[in-house]
Amino acid sequence: MLKLENVTKTFHPGTVNEKVALRGLNFHLKPGEFVTVIGGNGAGKSTMLNSVAGVFGIDSGKILIDGVDVSHLKEHQRAKVIGRVFQDPMMGTAATMQIEENLALALRRGKVRGLGRGITAKEREFFREQLKILDLGLEDRMTAKVGLLSGGQRQALTLLMATLKAPKLLLLDEHTAALDPKTAAKVLEATEKIVARSNLTTVMITHNMRDAIAHGNRLIMMYDGRIVVDVSGEEKKNLTVEQLLGLFSKASGSTEADDKLLLG
Amino acid sequence: MSFLDNLGAFVGSIPGNISQGLIWGIMAIGLYITYKILDIADLTVDGSFCTGGAVCAAMLVGGCPVWLSLLGAFAGGMVAGLVTALLHTKCKIPAILAGILTQMALWTVNMLAMGGFREMKNNVAISADKYDPLVAKIFEDDVAMGFKPFYRHPVFVLVVLSVVLIAILYWFFGTERGCSIRATGANEHMARAQGINTQVNKIIGLVLSNGLVALAGALLAQYNGTVDINLGKGAIVIGLAAVIIGEVTFGKLFKNFALKLTAVSLGAILYYIIIQVVITLIDVDTQYMKLFSALVVAVFLTLPALSAGKKHKGKKVAGHA
Repeated sequence: MLKLENVTKTFHPGTVNEKVALRGLNFHLKPGEFVTVIGGNGAGKSTMLNSVAGVFGIDSGKILIDGVDVSHLKEHQRAKVIGRVFQDPMMGTAATMQIEENLALALRRGKVRGLGRGITAKEREFFREQLKILDLGLEDRMTAKVGLLSGGQRQALTLLMATLKAPKLLLLDEHTAALDPKTAAKVLEATEKIVARSNLTTVMITHNMRDAIAHGNRLIMMYDGRIVVDVSGEEKKNLTVEQLLGLFSKASGSTEADDKLLLG
Repeated sequence: MSFLDNLGAFVGSIPGNISQGLIWGIMAIGLYITYKILDIADLTVDGSFCTGGAVCAAMLVGGCPVWLSLLGAFAGGMVAGLVTALLHTKCKIPAILAGILTQMALWTVNMLAMGGFREMKNNVAISADKYDPLVAKIFEDDVAMGFKPFYRHPVFVLVVLSVVLIAILYWFFGTERGCSIRATGANEHMARAQGINTQVNKIIGLVLSNGLVALAGALLAQYNGTVDINLGKGAIVIGLAAVIIGEVTFGKLFKNFALKLTAVSLGAILYYIIIQVVITLIDVDTQYMKLFSALVVAVFLTLPALSAGKKHKGKKVAGHA
């Protein structure tokens, strides 16, 4: 479903701030796979995700989604097949617009936006049903401005918006990192439910090793712009945090486990 | 002059102030699209307001009917907005600077337009007797004296026009495209992630906005019976004043989008009445008006910050208790 071929990306090339973020990344994700991505700060996790989403262009290589080369498509063009949830709960929704208006915008992702009604009565019923899945009581507050919601509620809503029209690829960029543990667990639970419902091909970045092991059916670890660990199936299911740290030390050639990887 | 004379002059000037307020209200509604919906401070308007007047005057003098001249003015403003929009989205020039550049270029374009694109002119007279415009100051007296039916009174014409424009905008911003424009202004990240082409939406917003601004310029030129190159200088300040006065005064009452636009129009009328109070009742020299206008806008721009500060303080105290 998603294929990265020799993708490289360097930020601020030729300056003192030069930072090589992706060093010839190769990655292939099959339809229905749910991969969790871990790695320390600066490993290239977010750069990989943003490259796929088209937030910025890549320096070389190719990105294919469902066999189509999207490397040169703009962000809003790729959005046709990609659903995204960001780390910052403020980023995924329009605060000054109503809950139902936000959902209506999401329902039209990939469609030409013309002079038809921005939201219809039939859609409102559909949104009400969908909001019930989140189990946050939002179905009774559909005309409330999103700015009135908590961070967790906004993330859950963003998740629903990203998947309202089943995307070919769901990208979750540490979407629970800014939430308190209880809310984070709830949003993760909703994630599981929504991903399973349509068997979505998903990439989820997380800082939490336990979450990375507990969710999804494949796990990759990035280090210095490359994928250094890639486990799936039974091996992934039986993984422990200690094993993961061991794998990391071996792969990175460092005897010390990265504090950030461990604590973050 | 005694205070009573001043009061008489003030009362007598009220219809004129309402007419002018309504015209500036249309301009301010245009500004609302960029300033409030798209979150862009568009300085093009100082030039495109005059463009509207200039194009309208040139077309009237050239023998075009009034409705076509107004349409021409609207189109002229749209082109001005398009230039700013392209400078901003395609050339990546910051929006404020892009607006200033277009505004400056329009100075020359406006003089050319007034001369019918053959020569430069500083001003054009379009007398109401000769061209029978849609609105004119003298129509206020004509209606009062019974020479013209009530529906030719500028206040009546402009109220109808404002209502029609607000209705169209209300409809438009409720469409799929309109909603996506609102999303573009509210959160560009979210908009792009939902597949919205934010650049195209900014272009549409700036084009539409400047079209309305130019239409208002054309109406003011007709109302005054003349247009000159200084028409619209400082327009952004008056427009912002209307937007903010409307919001501060009616914000709590008006939540619906159509009502919010109505508040902008009412804000413009209020602004004109405040200014008139200062000119006639307090007898301030008109040379002071620019200073005073800037002060009025600064005060109204500060008010939301002041009340927010108060609320914040209150919360803090409660938190400590």
